[in-house]
Amino acid sequence: MSLRTLESVNRFINQRSESLLQKMRQFPSLTAWLLLLPALSWLIIFFVAPLFIVLAYSFLERGTYGGVTWQFTTENFARVFDPLYLKTFLRSVYIAIVTTVVCLLLGFPLAYYISTRPPRRRNTLLLALMIPFWTNFLIRTYAWLTILRTNTGLINVSLISLGILDKPLPLFGNDFAILLGLVYGWLPVMVLPIYAALERLDRSLIEAANDLYAPGSRVFLRIIWPLSLPGVVAGSMLVFIPALGAFVTPAILGGGKSLMIGNIISNQFLAAHDWPFGSALSTLMMGLMLFATLVYFRSTRRGEEIEK
Amino acid sequence: MKNRTASHPGRLAKMKSQIGNFVLSLYGILGFLFLYLPIIILVIFSFNNSRSTAQWAGFSTQWYAEMIQDDQVILALWNSLFVAVVSTIVSTVLGTLAAMAMERYAFRGKLVMDALLYLPIIIPDIAMGIMLLLFFNISGIGFEPWRLRFFGLRFAVPYSVIIGHVAFNISFVAVVVRARLAQMDRTLEEAANDLYADNWRTFRRVTLPMMMPGILGGALLAFTLSLDDFVITFFTSGAGFNTLPVRVFGMIKRGVTPKINAVSTLMLAASLLLVIVSLVTRRGGEKAPIDLNL
Repeated sequence: MSLRTLESVNRFINQRSESLLQKMRQFPSLTAWLLLLPALSWLIIFFVAPLFIVLAYSFLERGTYGGVTWQFTTENFARVFDPLYLKTFLRSVYIAIVTTVVCLLLGFPLAYYISTRPPRRRNTLLLALMIPFWTNFLIRTYAWLTILRTNTGLINVSLISLGILDKPLPLFGNDFAILLGLVYGWLPVMVLPIYAALERLDRSLIEAANDLYAPGSRVFLRIIWPLSLPGVVAGSMLVFIPALGAFVTPAILGGGKSLMIGNIISNQFLAAHDWPFGSALSTLMMGLMLFATLVYFRSTRRGEEIEK
Repeated sequence: MKNRTASHPGRLAKMKSQIGNFVLSLYGILGFLFLYLPIIILVIFSFNNSRSTAQWAGFSTQWYAEMIQDDQVILALWNSLFVAVVSTIVSTVLGTLAAMAMERYAFRGKLVMDALLYLPIIIPDIAMGIMLLLFFNISGIGFEPWRLRFFGLRFAVPYSVIIGHVAFNISFVAVVVRARLAQMDRTLEEAANDLYADNWRTFRRVTLPMMMPGILGGALLAFTLSLDDFVITFFTSGAGFNTLPVRVFGMIKRGVTPKINAVSTLMLAASLLLVIVSLVTRRGGEKAPIDLNL
């Protein structure tokens, strides 16, 4: 191939790319779509398509050897109301709600504590808050396993060897252990948005209330609480959603007895090979979360209206 | 007399606020103890000189020695790093491009795109895990890693795991890079244009360097999330392929030993290192002067 052909090829490519560039300048949205194309294709193939497969499967009949037969049915959703599954479903919702409430009760004062420190201390404390969150969730759950286990856990072993107890406390393999694990795991994401709201709060409002001899409870109820509400709602969402979808915590701290929806879903795929029922359970779980998210956006919009 | 009655409520209030502050500080310390104590206990017992994770029997590094001799753990460690590196590279490129489109352009369907980018962040990992499990299963793509030979070294490329990690990491990268783009000063780019720098040059010399802290931050986040992920990997890895968290889960299911504490301590150290790196790069990003030599 001569140098000249190479040159002409090069010129041709240049012209082509020049015209593409011109087009891109004329139609900015074309550029946007070109930039989006790789991520969008990836998400459509490996996220949206799988999502629709799960939705579709939840309305299909179970095949004899795993898989499905192409027959429309709502049987899978009806089965959720089978007392056996309904109990677990409701318990999961209950555990998620209690986790959220406990995180709020523990997290609010912690956020308030951080927000009242001097600015430089605040950053250090925030970092200290986030470091446990950035460490592996599985490992943090395992840490509690070594502490709570019935006969060989740190608490029971220590209390018995000190002679304080003669029988181990039931700390493990129950809802308490799951709750503790979830609260421990998600407390930082409750604290963070509340802290953000408290930090924005205008301190002079509290000072004014104090100057007017408003009692502390009133300052809290009338000023601090309402102004931190957006953070409270955001934090509650961030805790509730993963708590409802918990899989690792009940699998490790539930001791095989105390299970949540996440474990039932996983069983349908890994052990029972009932894909349609597993899909129906996931669909319901995602539905619940979508509902929670909508409530969240509604309440933030109302909050903005009130502020105006 | 008058003076005393007047000053009394003030003094009382001061005392009250001092007590309040003391209680609050005590609570703060207890709160952070709650967050750190389990981790500290975990690390301490990784050095225990017995099989127990509850009774201290003296210092020993035997569990670390066992960890290093466990081929399965070492293999899982390499697998974790491989998956994290590959998925970070892919998701950083895709996420950055998407972030530029979302932040710099107005186009139809942007709201839908916004929702699509947020969904993988909100959706619980168990849902994403079984979605991908079902997808790989019925599409016939499967889970079996590609086995490659490379200079006598055997490689397993777990494409199903990597695909899953990229699918959730794109969104996280896009969010971080977008935040950086949003706070960037656009006058510098306009200045470059005014000085007849073409678009490519403006992008290379002004936009990209200014975006870099965001891109690095996004990449670090993706790397951390990929290394830490257990649930999605668990559902998308074929039989016999383990990343470190999946291996640890299997070990926990078989029985607690301080060896798991040792592996956990290693993973904790890695997370801590990543936090430090991200802090250093962020600080560097704030201070770095922008090269204006067009």
